[in-house]
Amino acid sequence: MDFSILAENMDMYLEGFLKTIQISLLALVGSFFLGAVIAVMRIAPFKPLNWIGTAYVEFVRNIPLLIIAFLFYYGAKMPGFAAGSLALTIYTAAFIAEAIRAGILSIHKGQMEAARSSGLTYGQAMRMIVLPQAIKVVIPPLGNQFINLVKNSSILAVIAGGELMYQADLISLHTFVVFDVYIFVAIFYLVITIPLSLGVGYLEKHLAKSS
Amino acid sequence: MSLKKFWKVSILSIIAVFMLAACGSKEETTGGSSEKGLEKIKDKDKIVFGVKNDTRLFGLKNTSTGKVEGFDVDIAKALAKEVIGDENKVEFVEVTSKTRVPLLQNGKIDAVVATMTITEERKKEVDFTDVYFEAGQSLLVKKGSKIKSIDDLKAGTKVLAVKGSTSAINIAEKAPDAEVLQYENYAEAFTALKSGQGDALTTDDAILYGMVDEDPSYELVGGQFTEEPYGIAVKKGNTELVDELNKALKTIKDNGTYDEILNKWIKNK
Repeated sequence: MDFSILAENMDMYLEGFLKTIQISLLALVGSFFLGAVIAVMRIAPFKPLNWIGTAYVEFVRNIPLLIIAFLFYYGAKMPGFAAGSLALTIYTAAFIAEAIRAGILSIHKGQMEAARSSGLTYGQAMRMIVLPQAIKVVIPPLGNQFINLVKNSSILAVIAGGELMYQADLISLHTFVVFDVYIFVAIFYLVITIPLSLGVGYLEKHLAKSS
Repeated sequence: MSLKKFWKVSILSIIAVFMLAACGSKEETTGGSSEKGLEKIKDKDKIVFGVKNDTRLFGLKNTSTGKVEGFDVDIAKALAKEVIGDENKVEFVEVTSKTRVPLLQNGKIDAVVATMTITEERKKEVDFTDVYFEAGQSLLVKKGSKIKSIDDLKAGTKVLAVKGSTSAINIAEKAPDAEVLQYENYAEAFTALKSGQGDALTTDDAILYGMVDEDPSYELVGGQFTEEPYGIAVKKGNTELVDELNKALKTIKDNGTYDEILNKWIKNK
């Protein structure tokens, strides 16, 4: 392996690395909240909300992320960074909504019924009884989605988003070295995804112990 | 999860990646220079040309016939006729500015006829034939744009280019204040210009003419501010094939085939 490639292009790698982290953080926070809202809509005891939630998930989940990114970039004419982050947020939210919904549904119906019959409102029962139990079930699939999100951010390379993959394309084209350039990119991605994956594992164990 | 396990997993993963890298590099070096270019072509009785599929007038896939058409394609056919005696003994593989050198190096294609400028940098990686077309870099803007020449590309203007093209490198030197955004191919770069992602698109005038041909509300400005002599690229060290292609080029220039092709695609536009 040719480490001079890494050394000579360190500034480009770092620029891409920082952009990838920024996008990932933005989309991670955004997609978590959006996904939680969609999940709640899908199980709310009010039909029209269910329909909206279901439509969102089915629509967004079943088209490629690349096309969503193109829609914002070429269609809505947003700058690359914004279009990419927004597309990632919207796309990931659909999967997160499904993970959260599955987690909530895994809590036995009797829990909600008992909470409601003891006088709690639907919202209170959700917040105080169901969600604290559901969160433990939800953590592992949520972690997977976040890891996917980080890797999916490479889609910004095609809309001049300036992240790791985009920079790697440029480096490989200037140096004509293809393989090594992308191996270094893989390592940069690992630097983000491995701690993320271990963090999720830690959280999972920690929460299991606390119950 | 303990800290110890964290380190173990991290280090193991990184080692795995390095091992993968080591395998890959080895393959690259052993796959190399021994094969004789011309013999290989004669053995399989066809030449595999890398052409573009997204560049109007030079190499564009006709969606109704499924065939690639353009100046580069016709040149490739004419060369095949000279080298192996039949213009139909060719196979076309789609390349982009980004993929053409790697595809040549790993032997997927024999030669690249894809609006490729001969540069000193590229000569280190591939071998070129004589010049077969003289292009020059220019700018494409919406008619009525404030940008009239390369001097108008000041700070705050965005210039669009294609990844791996010489124009992307040139523009960074000639208009250092402008922001350069780079795309996968010309179709995407032109779409980006149309959707207002930048103020001008830069590449060789030859390619830009194709875009004007498609949408006349755009025009070329600023003249030719670089020289872009196009060559046919072959794998480094394959001098036999270069000689053969140069001979063929000379023949088609002498017998009028070259001018016919030029008039068909470029001059009459």
